[in-house]
Amino acid sequence: MTVSDSSVAAVMAGRAGHRGWRARLTAWRVPLSVLILCLLPWVLPSQALAVNVLIYGLVAVGYNLLFGYTGLLSFGHAAFFGAGAYVTGIAIGKFGLPWYAAVALGVVAGSALAFVIGLLSIRTRGIYFSMVTLALSQLVYYVALQASSLTGGENGLRGFTVARIDLFGWTVDFLDPLKKYYVLMVFAAAALWLVSRILNSPFGAVIEAIRENETRARACGYDVERSKLIAFTLSGLICALAGTLSALHLAIVPLDILHYQTSGMIVMMTLLGGAGSFFGPFVGALAFLLMEDVVSLWTSHWQIVVGSVFILFVLFLPKGIWGSALAWRASR
Amino acid sequence: MSVPLLAVENIGRRFGGFVALEGVTASFEPNKVTAIIGPNGAGKSTFFNVLSGVLAPSSGSIRFKGSDITGTPQHRFAHLGIARSYQITNIFPELSVHENVRVAAQALRSRYDIWRNRAAMTELDDKADAALAAVGLTSRRGTTAKFLAHGQQRALEIAIALVADPELLLLDEPTAGMGPEETKDMVALLERLAAGRTILLVEHKMKMILGLSDRILVLHHGRLIADGSPQHIQTDPEVRRVYLGQNHGYA
Repeated sequence: MTVSDSSVAAVMAGRAGHRGWRARLTAWRVPLSVLILCLLPWVLPSQALAVNVLIYGLVAVGYNLLFGYTGLLSFGHAAFFGAGAYVTGIAIGKFGLPWYAAVALGVVAGSALAFVIGLLSIRTRGIYFSMVTLALSQLVYYVALQASSLTGGENGLRGFTVARIDLFGWTVDFLDPLKKYYVLMVFAAAALWLVSRILNSPFGAVIEAIRENETRARACGYDVERSKLIAFTLSGLICALAGTLSALHLAIVPLDILHYQTSGMIVMMTLLGGAGSFFGPFVGALAFLLMEDVVSLWTSHWQIVVGSVFILFVLFLPKGIWGSALAWRASR
Repeated sequence: MSVPLLAVENIGRRFGGFVALEGVTASFEPNKVTAIIGPNGAGKSTFFNVLSGVLAPSSGSIRFKGSDITGTPQHRFAHLGIARSYQITNIFPELSVHENVRVAAQALRSRYDIWRNRAAMTELDDKADAALAAVGLTSRRGTTAKFLAHGQQRALEIAIALVADPELLLLDEPTAGMGPEETKDMVALLERLAAGRTILLVEHKMKMILGLSDRILVLHHGRLIADGSPQHIQTDPEVRRVYLGQNHGYA
């Protein structure tokens, strides 16, 4: 009796320890993520890789809000990423707006597009939802291709280089890669804070409930369609912000940003890192981009290798790199 | 005469050419337990889905506390004071037992707020813990719901419905798939819950219903063929013919 009691107590204490560990990590997830991202340019082989991890990681973070936390598999998130980038580029290049207004406009336009595409797709389920989002994002792709006087068509959008960032009397040389990285970092940090805020909120509990069991969530009194639409729009907002950062960084917007391959890449990065984990998308972006860098040195068919790795992950590590690491740590 | 809590008038529901429910009229007084029985395919589930807003009736009307709620979207029903459980266990599998009930309680307080901290809503913890205590799941509070035994998942299912403090509780076969021991526990739980609550339940296990309910409705081929006290139903010749005489469902 005593033995079993004490072993039960030990197990309980162990569980409480894990809970405590997870809870502490969750409480500090934004500062820790920002700290790691701040160190990236110093630990990765190139600063170009670091800034790509930052931008693509942020798109995946936005996507993860919808896929990992709400349970909706969209195949059209390139549309919001691209819309943010294009609108920012056009606002600066064609209308001469200051960079901060262009960023705000890009985010608003991307979110509005997400709202509209969400409105049209949210009532469909499963594979149909994925297909509708894919079709609508392809529509956006062809609009960008055809409206070449505004978007540059196949050649992409050019001619809007931001050389200096002026704000509140501060001037930052935007051509210095490291300084540029930290300017973009500020936006990424704000986005991470927002996502963490959403996940901690009552609404965060609602989207988790919808992911777990839509029927039950509805019976509990949640308007499932409306909640999904809000999640879809917020997800699009984060992706649009990543798009504006991409435009500021590259000073061009390639048409490929809207291609469905970009949507697929976002899904792959999220899954590789760990859908439904806070920092996983950055790990996934890093893994994907590292594989691309390394394997493309060796063969131009790098996508075969990356695709095979992806399949292995889906089959054997469905929680992704970061998600599996967290699960492994929790099970010890 | 006082207004009944729930009144259905001439309810019908078709699926294409198939008539699942036809001309069902009944009203339900507060603080009574009413059982709905009938052979498989009698329309019990359809009737329940209409009462909980999952399906809109093809004809007829539903009044709750005197106001017409026909065609109200399902997610509004919980806010009106109607909660339900499901025949097939319908919980949030990856959430803890406590979180399952807590998120159900939250639906009546906050649904779209992204600025508040959900952990700060401690009144939800108290409500959830009270509902878990009511169904005897306090000790499994931290367990991930999918790891519960079947009987406990059924109890959790009821706690999720109960936490909204509904005026009308709809229970769809609460003992579905249970062995004799689990069924006994569930009946004891339902007897405790029955005090001071209005409950409508669909059930197959006849013995359980006779002891528990104040009134029984019998459906057959989508029609209401009998409505009365358990004693009355047991002696009704029509009911005996279509239902009680068969061994099926008399377990």
